[in-house]
Amino acid sequence: MLQIKDLHAGIEGKEILKGINLTIRPGEVHAIMGPNGSGKSTLASVLAGREDYEVTGGSVEFLGKDLLELAPEARAGEGLFLAFQYPVEIPGLSTINFMKTAVNEVRKYRGQEALDAAEFLKLMKEKMSLVNIDKNLLTRSLNEGFSGGEKKRNEVFQMAMLEPKLAILDETDSGLDIDAIRIAAAGVNAIRSKENATLVITHYQRLLDYIVPDFVHVLYNGRIVKSGGKELALELEETGYSFLKNEMNIA
Amino acid sequence: MSTITTIKDKAQQLGAATQDALQPVRAAALAAFNQLGVPAVKHEEWKYTRISQLFNQPYQLGVDHTNTDAAWQAFRLPEYETANELVFINGVYNAAASTVRSAGLIVLPLEEAAKGEYAQVVNKNLGHSGKYMKDGINALNASFLVGAVFIGVNRSTEIEHPVYIYNITDGRAGNVFAQPRTLVHVAANAGVVLVETYGSIGVADHFTNQVMEVVVEQDARVEYYKIQNDSNRSSLVSTTHFRQVGKSYVHAVTISLNGVMVRNNLNMVMEAEHCDSNMFGLYFTSDSCHVDNHTIVDNAKPHCLSNEYYKGILDGSSTGVFNGKIFVQQDAQKINAFQSNKNILLSDSANVYTKPQLEIFADDVKCSHGCTVGRLDEEGLFYLRSRGVTEASAKSLLLHAFAVDILDQIRHDALRAYVDQLISERLGA
Repeated sequence: MLQIKDLHAGIEGKEILKGINLTIRPGEVHAIMGPNGSGKSTLASVLAGREDYEVTGGSVEFLGKDLLELAPEARAGEGLFLAFQYPVEIPGLSTINFMKTAVNEVRKYRGQEALDAAEFLKLMKEKMSLVNIDKNLLTRSLNEGFSGGEKKRNEVFQMAMLEPKLAILDETDSGLDIDAIRIAAAGVNAIRSKENATLVITHYQRLLDYIVPDFVHVLYNGRIVKSGGKELALELEETGYSFLKNEMNIA
Repeated sequence: MSTITTIKDKAQQLGAATQDALQPVRAAALAAFNQLGVPAVKHEEWKYTRISQLFNQPYQLGVDHTNTDAAWQAFRLPEYETANELVFINGVYNAAASTVRSAGLIVLPLEEAAKGEYAQVVNKNLGHSGKYMKDGINALNASFLVGAVFIGVNRSTEIEHPVYIYNITDGRAGNVFAQPRTLVHVAANAGVVLVETYGSIGVADHFTNQVMEVVVEQDARVEYYKIQNDSNRSSLVSTTHFRQVGKSYVHAVTISLNGVMVRNNLNMVMEAEHCDSNMFGLYFTSDSCHVDNHTIVDNAKPHCLSNEYYKGILDGSSTGVFNGKIFVQQDAQKINAFQSNKNILLSDSANVYTKPQLEIFADDVKCSHGCTVGRLDEEGLFYLRSRGVTEASAKSLLLHAFAVDILDQIRHDALRAYVDQLISERLGA
């Protein structure tokens, strides 16, 4: 589904990703962990197409297409979804109106007919109960004045609405208490299927108790330095990232 | 002969030919105009709006206004079937095209009102609002006091439907210079919704210099909407003077979407204690459109509240001007005055000049002001695009979201939907 080969990228001339290799297949859950500044969020941003970042080498193939050639909206159309670490507040635009536009533009991209008001409402109700979000939240200005938990739940709701093939969760657990993490994770799990994949980017192992990964990768200094099963996350929780630094220095 | 000279001659002739109750007002105004002339850019209040260039070409004055064909109807506002419609064509009130539907709404030719039941109201108030607008353009309007209208709302009367005022210029016979004039008197405990709009017929150059005075008595309520979406050949100076002579409430929203040069003077003079007023505005300009909003809030008495919020979206090589003056006179203790102006520039060649101007002579007041000029939020744009919304749609959603808190101030549902539609069309949504 996703094939990242020797990806180099940076911002303002500073190289942050220094050769990432990663393959994700349908149905898999991958977790990328790593200390602050290792390049986790940069990877998420580059995959979603944030224009501030410059790709200086390597390739990313998504469902047979060159992902890096596509505009952010086309990436979403192809089935990529990024749940933001810091969802943007947009006063004056409700989540419902935003989603009405987004769902229909994605459908248009996929060659599907636009949903009419009744169909959209039906879809919305279905997804609302799936991710356990209140309608009041969705009629308010997008993320404005939302708590951290509400913002992340809104991200998961948007994900459910757009039915992505690959969902990237960028530090979805940051700033959330245990209950909020559990609710957000339950939403993500409700959307998972054999056809779609999930890439969880996180600092802590905690989120992985609820979204259980098939593979865990450790990102350090712009490279994936270690990969393993879900037990790797537990190991990291135990030892911290300092051992990596030691290993790297020796190597 | 220059256009200005022609105008002066016309005003002179008009004065000689018309001997009615308004003639002293005309004569005084002409004398003032002769002295002041058209404001030049060296006049601080007209620094960015070169109004004098509009007088560089000939206009027809005193064009036949009896023409009542249906062309003006293209500018009708929503739900006009139940509204009161007052139609000015080339600055002159056209009674045949106008309809007064609501009980209790008084609409009279101004010269008639000046001698009947409302003589005292007219004489006491006409031309008494221009304290801060002693410039030539205001005097010019008053020196042609023909076809003006008196709008009255009697004590304790709530006018059920809005009063739509259409300022139409008909340029099918050539360039037009029009000067509509209205005096509105809202008596104690009365309420009215006034809506002004503008429209040009034909493809000549249109220049409207319009003045409205609104006198608001004790416990009266006025909602006032100004909707400007005129043609690319039309310029406008629109002056609205509010005088809150008793404790009262005014809610004003100015929407400017098109025109060559648009200058709005909105003055709120609070002459009584406990007055409350809102002044909202949205200007959304493109191409070479120029929109200038000059506002004055004059606090003369204590315990008043004014709330002012203008927003601008500027595209192409358009220009926006916002000048918000707040006077707090020595006696006006314990007042609250808020002002904010926010702008988004969509192009490198668009300009905005924004200036808060507070003159405070009282020592126990709360005033705030602020202005911002920025670009469309890149982070917001990326967020929307990452959900599959195209760049064009994302921009449109963000701009609409920016405008919506001003749109929401239009409390008349059909009118708000109408303006929303105009804006959505502009955004290509």
